[in-house]
Amino acid sequence: MDYEISLLTTMSISVLFALSLNLITGFCGQISLGHATFLGIGAYVTALLGKAGLPFLATLPLSMLLAGAIGAVVGLASLRVRADFLAVTTMGVGFLFVGIIRQQDWLGGELGISGIGGSGLSKTGFMLLALLSTAAVAALCLYIRASWMGRVFNGVAEDEDTMRVLGIDVPRYKLAAFAIGTALAGLAGALYAHHLQFIGPDSFGFVESVTVLSMVVVGGIGSVPGVVIAAALLSALPAWFQFIGDYKLLVYGGLLFLMMRFSPGGMAGLMSRFFNPVQTSAKGER
Amino acid sequence: MNMTDQAVAPLLRIADVTVRFGGLTAIDRVSFDVHPGELLGLIGPNGAGKTTMMRSITGVVRTTAGGVELDGVRLDGMPIERRIRCGLSLSQQLVKPFRGMSLLANVALAAGSAKTSSPLKSLLHLSRREELAVAREMLERVGIAQHAEQNPAIQPLGILKRLEMARALALRPRVLLLDEPLAGLNSKEANALSSTIQDINRQGVTIVLIEHNLGEVMRICSRLVVLDNGRKIAEGAPRVVMNDPAVRAAYLGGDTLASAAADQSDTTTACAALGGQHA
Repeated sequence: MDYEISLLTTMSISVLFALSLNLITGFCGQISLGHATFLGIGAYVTALLGKAGLPFLATLPLSMLLAGAIGAVVGLASLRVRADFLAVTTMGVGFLFVGIIRQQDWLGGELGISGIGGSGLSKTGFMLLALLSTAAVAALCLYIRASWMGRVFNGVAEDEDTMRVLGIDVPRYKLAAFAIGTALAGLAGALYAHHLQFIGPDSFGFVESVTVLSMVVVGGIGSVPGVVIAAALLSALPAWFQFIGDYKLLVYGGLLFLMMRFSPGGMAGLMSRFFNPVQTSAKGER
Repeated sequence: MNMTDQAVAPLLRIADVTVRFGGLTAIDRVSFDVHPGELLGLIGPNGAGKTTMMRSITGVVRTTAGGVELDGVRLDGMPIERRIRCGLSLSQQLVKPFRGMSLLANVALAAGSAKTSSPLKSLLHLSRREELAVAREMLERVGIAQHAEQNPAIQPLGILKRLEMARALALRPRVLLLDEPLAGLNSKEANALSSTIQDINRQGVTIVLIEHNLGEVMRICSRLVVLDNGRKIAEGAPRVVMNDPAVRAAYLGGDTLASAAADQSDTTTACAALGGQHA
C-alpha cells in the first residue's frame, strides 16, 4: 500500500508541475526549456526554510513567491525574444540554476540536501495534500481558460502583434503567465522536496525540463484534461517499467519528437480528430 | 461645412511629422488635421509614404521629428497598444484573424477591451455576454452577421476584410484608421465595401482611409490629403485636389511633366539666346 501511496503522490506532483508549464507554454504560447528551474527553486526554499525551523505549510507560499518572482524576471526575456530564441534563453537559465546549485555549499552543492521532512503529515495525509493541491491547480487552470485572461492568452499564443493592435498590453500578460506558471511550479517543487525528502542539482536539470515539456506536448498543448492524463501516465511509466527510468531522456525525447511530427495537437488533438474528423465549426464558444 | 469643421478642434493632429530610415527620408514634415466626423482620404502614388504615415500614427514606426496628437493628448513615444487604448483603431491591410475561433469570437475579443486592460482585471471577469452582443452588432454593421458562427479559416478575402473592420469598430474608436481596405477586391466588392465605409462614417465614426483605388476614394471621401515622395503636395476637397497640377503630375509620372516643363524652359532660353544672337 505504501508503494501505491508514494506512486500516487509522485504522479500528482508531476501533474501539478505539468499544469504549471501548460499555463505558460500551452495557454500563452511561450516555450520554456528550463521549467525544472522553478521546481528546483520551490524545493530548495522549502528545504532550507524547513531546516531553519519553519513549519512546512508556512514554507509553501514562500516557495511559490520566490519561484514566481524569479519566473517573472525570466519572463522578461520573453518580451525581447520569441519562439526558438526564448527556448534557448530558458534552457540557459536552467543550466545556470544547476551550475549555481553545484557550486554553493550552503545549498548542499553536489550532494544536495537530505533529511528533509517534518511535513507533519502521515504518508496518506501528504498524498491527500498533493492530490488536493493538484485538483485546485487544475480547477484554477480551467477557470483561467474560461476567463478573459484565458482569451487573451489564447490570442497572444496565436498572434501577439494582432493582439497589440487590439489594444492588449502583451508584455504584461506574458509576465503574468510566467509569474503564475512558475509560482505553481514552485508549489510542485515544495511538495516534491517533502515527498522524496532528498533534493540535489540533478533533480532539476535539463532532463526534467524536457520531461515536463513532453508531458505537456503529449497531452496536447493547452488542453487541461489532456495534460493531466499525459503527466499522470508518463510519470507512472518509469515506476512500472524499469527500462523507461533508465532511458528517460531517450523515451521522452522520442515521444516529444513523434508528437511534434505526427500530432502537434497532442492526445487532445488526436481525440478531437478521431471524434470530429471534419472540424469546420469554431470551437471555444462559451 | 468646412467652416464648421475648422471651428471645432481637430480630433487627430499630425504636426510636422518626419520619419527617416537611416539616410532615407520617408516622411518629410507632413502636417494635417482630422476633424471630428469626417472621412479623410490619405492618397498618393506607390512609395509616397502613406503606409509609413499610418505606421507613425499607430506607433509602429518612430517619428524622427514632429508629433501626433489625439484630442489634445500627445501620442508620441507610446507603444501601439496604448495608442489604441487612447482611441485609435487600426484595420490592417494584411487581414490576420484568429483562426481558432469564430468570427463572432474574434470581434468579441476586441469588444472586451474594457475587461482586458490589465491581467488582474481580465482574471476577474468570466462572462462575455455583452461582448458577444456588441460583436454581433458590429458584424451586422459591416454586413457579415450571417457568417458569425463560422471559422475565419474558410472565409474569402471580402468577408475577412469586413471582419477586420468589425474588429476595429468593436474597440469603439474615436478615429478609425483603414489601411487599404479595398486592396485585393474586385471592383464590385470594392464598391460595396466602400459604401459600407461611407455608412459607418455617416453613423458618426471619424475615419482616415488610406487607399489606392482613386475612384472609390473620390466617391466617398469628404476631404483628401495627397502625399508624394514623403511630402504633402495637396489637401482639400476631392475634385479640387484631383485637378491640382502637382497631383496630376505625381500620379501621371512626375518625370514626364517636370521634364516637359524643363524642355519648355530650355527652348525659351534657347530662343532668347537665338534672339540675342539675332540682335
